[in-house]
Amino acid sequence: MDLGLNEEQEMLRKSAREFLSKECPKKLVRELDESDTGFSRDLWKKMAELGWIGLPFPEKFGGNGGTLFDLIVLLDEMGYNIVPGPFFSTVVLSGFTLLEAGSDEQKQSYLSKICSGEMVMTFALTELDGTYLPKSIETAAKNKGNHYVLNGTKLFVPDANIADFMLVAARTKSSSNPEEGISIFLVDAKSPGVRVTLLKTLGRDKLCEVVFEDVKVPEKSLVGKLDSGWPIIKSILRKATVAKCAEMVGGAQASLDMAVNYAKERVQFNRPIGSFQAIQHYCANMVTDVDGSRFITYKAAWTESEGLPSDMEVSMAKAWTSEAYKRVAVLAHQIFGAIGFTMDHDMHLYFRRAKAGELAYGDADFHREIVAAQLGL
Amino acid sequence: MDFRFSEAEKRFRAEVEEFILQEMPPGYAEKDLYWPGGYGAIGEFEVRDPAVEKFREKMGERGWLTMAWPKEYGGGGHSFIEQAIFFERISYHGAPGMDVSALISGPTILRFGSEELKREWIPRIVKGNLKFWLAYSEPNAGSDLAAIQTKATIDGDDLVVNGQKIWSSGAHVSDCGWMVARTDMSAPPYKGTALFIVDNKTPGITIRPIVNINGFHSFNEVFFDNVRVPRKNVVGDMNMGFYYLMVALDFERLVISMGSFRRRFEDLLKYAHNTRRNGKLLCEDVRVRSKLAQLATEIEIAYLLYYKTAWMMDNNLFPNIEASEIKLITTLLSRKLADAGMEIMGQQSQLWPGSRHAPIRGRFAVGYLDSISAVIGAGTSEIQRNILAQRGLGLKRA
Repeated sequence: MDLGLNEEQEMLRKSAREFLSKECPKKLVRELDESDTGFSRDLWKKMAELGWIGLPFPEKFGGNGGTLFDLIVLLDEMGYNIVPGPFFSTVVLSGFTLLEAGSDEQKQSYLSKICSGEMVMTFALTELDGTYLPKSIETAAKNKGNHYVLNGTKLFVPDANIADFMLVAARTKSSSNPEEGISIFLVDAKSPGVRVTLLKTLGRDKLCEVVFEDVKVPEKSLVGKLDSGWPIIKSILRKATVAKCAEMVGGAQASLDMAVNYAKERVQFNRPIGSFQAIQHYCANMVTDVDGSRFITYKAAWTESEGLPSDMEVSMAKAWTSEAYKRVAVLAHQIFGAIGFTMDHDMHLYFRRAKAGELAYGDADFHREIVAAQLGL
Repeated sequence: MDFRFSEAEKRFRAEVEEFILQEMPPGYAEKDLYWPGGYGAIGEFEVRDPAVEKFREKMGERGWLTMAWPKEYGGGGHSFIEQAIFFERISYHGAPGMDVSALISGPTILRFGSEELKREWIPRIVKGNLKFWLAYSEPNAGSDLAAIQTKATIDGDDLVVNGQKIWSSGAHVSDCGWMVARTDMSAPPYKGTALFIVDNKTPGITIRPIVNINGFHSFNEVFFDNVRVPRKNVVGDMNMGFYYLMVALDFERLVISMGSFRRRFEDLLKYAHNTRRNGKLLCEDVRVRSKLAQLATEIEIAYLLYYKTAWMMDNNLFPNIEASEIKLITTLLSRKLADAGMEIMGQQSQLWPGSRHAPIRGRFAVGYLDSISAVIGAGTSEIQRNILAQRGLGLKRA
């Protein structure tokens, strides 16, 4: 066993902490949260120059040749600082899809542009019921000879408002098995008939409604095999789930650190509130939740990164982290008292993301059911 | 990171497993009602079993009782990960574990004791047939251990001990007490406490049973009335006992019985697979599935913290936070496992061992009561949280 990070990962963690605290201060986080784009081209360019966007992708496509696990270490830090923008949709949802299922030509032309920071991409997966199950995919792609025509509505598509291209999961064949007949298309976001509406959400992350109305998509835009998109989506969902966990772990760590620092400074009854056992025990519960979430997330990430069967680990991580981050954020709020309940304070940035993170890629109940199935129940 | 066992670790794990299956006293695991994390249903605290002693002697022959000890003192040279593997397998199979003498006293004597003390006690501890009880807690010194009042007064070559110990698990079936008493009441505890070995047969010792919540005699209260202990039995400096005791707490970090959590969980899985209620298998019930999935997740997290603690110790990192976290997590889990298990089993779950209707031998009923002790013994959850907050996060003491 080796339960520590290697030297490069430690360096990545440290440099990410320093870079983000300088280049993505909370002032910028707020501006982006409150903007309609949620996107800073300047920050995006810098992250591309640091090799972050191409971190887990092969060098021949302009990537850095790292692993999913390396990316997890970075996402932990990105969650710690909060980094608004399309990193998750572009790198995790889209980059890995292209890497796993894209043709060489698609990788050369699209994955390379992702790595260089030239292209923002997202994945339009979920529909009106907001679940991550194959039967919820009803958007249809009809074959019309040398092209397909897309019709349907996607909901909760992250960063579609600024994406240059979107991967779209659509039904190409009806089948009694809902996992069959799903295909993935690469769609230019400027195609006629694509209508994107930014949704106002609690998390202030940029989730969108995307309506496809007779959108013509050339045949060569098919990613992976026709009708066989679901196994790819499942693989991407595992990565996205554990990647979301990593962000959440970082956010929980930040909430803990902020609250502990405040408890050391805030004086009531003539002493720092952190000297009261009630507060100390909150903090002890928080650190236990943070560390537990991190260990289970890293185990899941490592398992997936090594290409081992990871359904159980990934679902355990999400089931646990979804609830643990909320517990941590709530206790942090309790320690901050009234000041934490204001827009001026940073705590709500995390509290919002704890809830949004819980809802993304399946909540605790959803994933406990997967764990149960994996246990053979 | 690499969460897999190395080849050497796998080999060691297989060796331990094979040993247990071959040498474990017949019927022991079935009879013993130990509940993960609990203190009140440990068979060895109730009766002295020659078969257990034989098993332990065999572990001693393999050097497994001393594998925790530093190599320079003749320790086994095993890593802490391997130790963790050892404890995990032992507890998974419900085999008798290590005695206080090997777990706590041996390493402390080796680190702080005189040559004479080492010569007299270490060979016997290594052999595995010496049983110690922990004489720490007193009626007015539980979580506040520094408040002990039992006195040890120097008189010639002896200490004369007067006072009372309590919650003394297995004192009535042990050979000796591993004891702390105050040498100087005017000094602060860490400068006026002695740590020493007291033979149970010494005149002036009275051991009275305390029957625990499960109806088992595991605890005792022990009275000391002018008990003469030879000064040569004192560990290290006469007044530094409290410090040695605190250091010795580190030796207990991996004593979590991790495997027994998994074993009892597997009992529950099997039960859910084989039991019908309302014409439907329990494992098809969404509430049962959710409960089991939650338990599985928490057990996995405990395992990760467990191996992380061992890994940190192997890499000379100090797992202060992790050690308290794992105590906190596993003892809470001890309760959740018993409670969720009883909820899943329903009416039958209340049946005590011995009933032919009792599912899983009635273990969960015993466990439910016993789990009350998990979060109290060996540093309550509140003490663990204090440690986490103060030592781990740097918050000040009130």
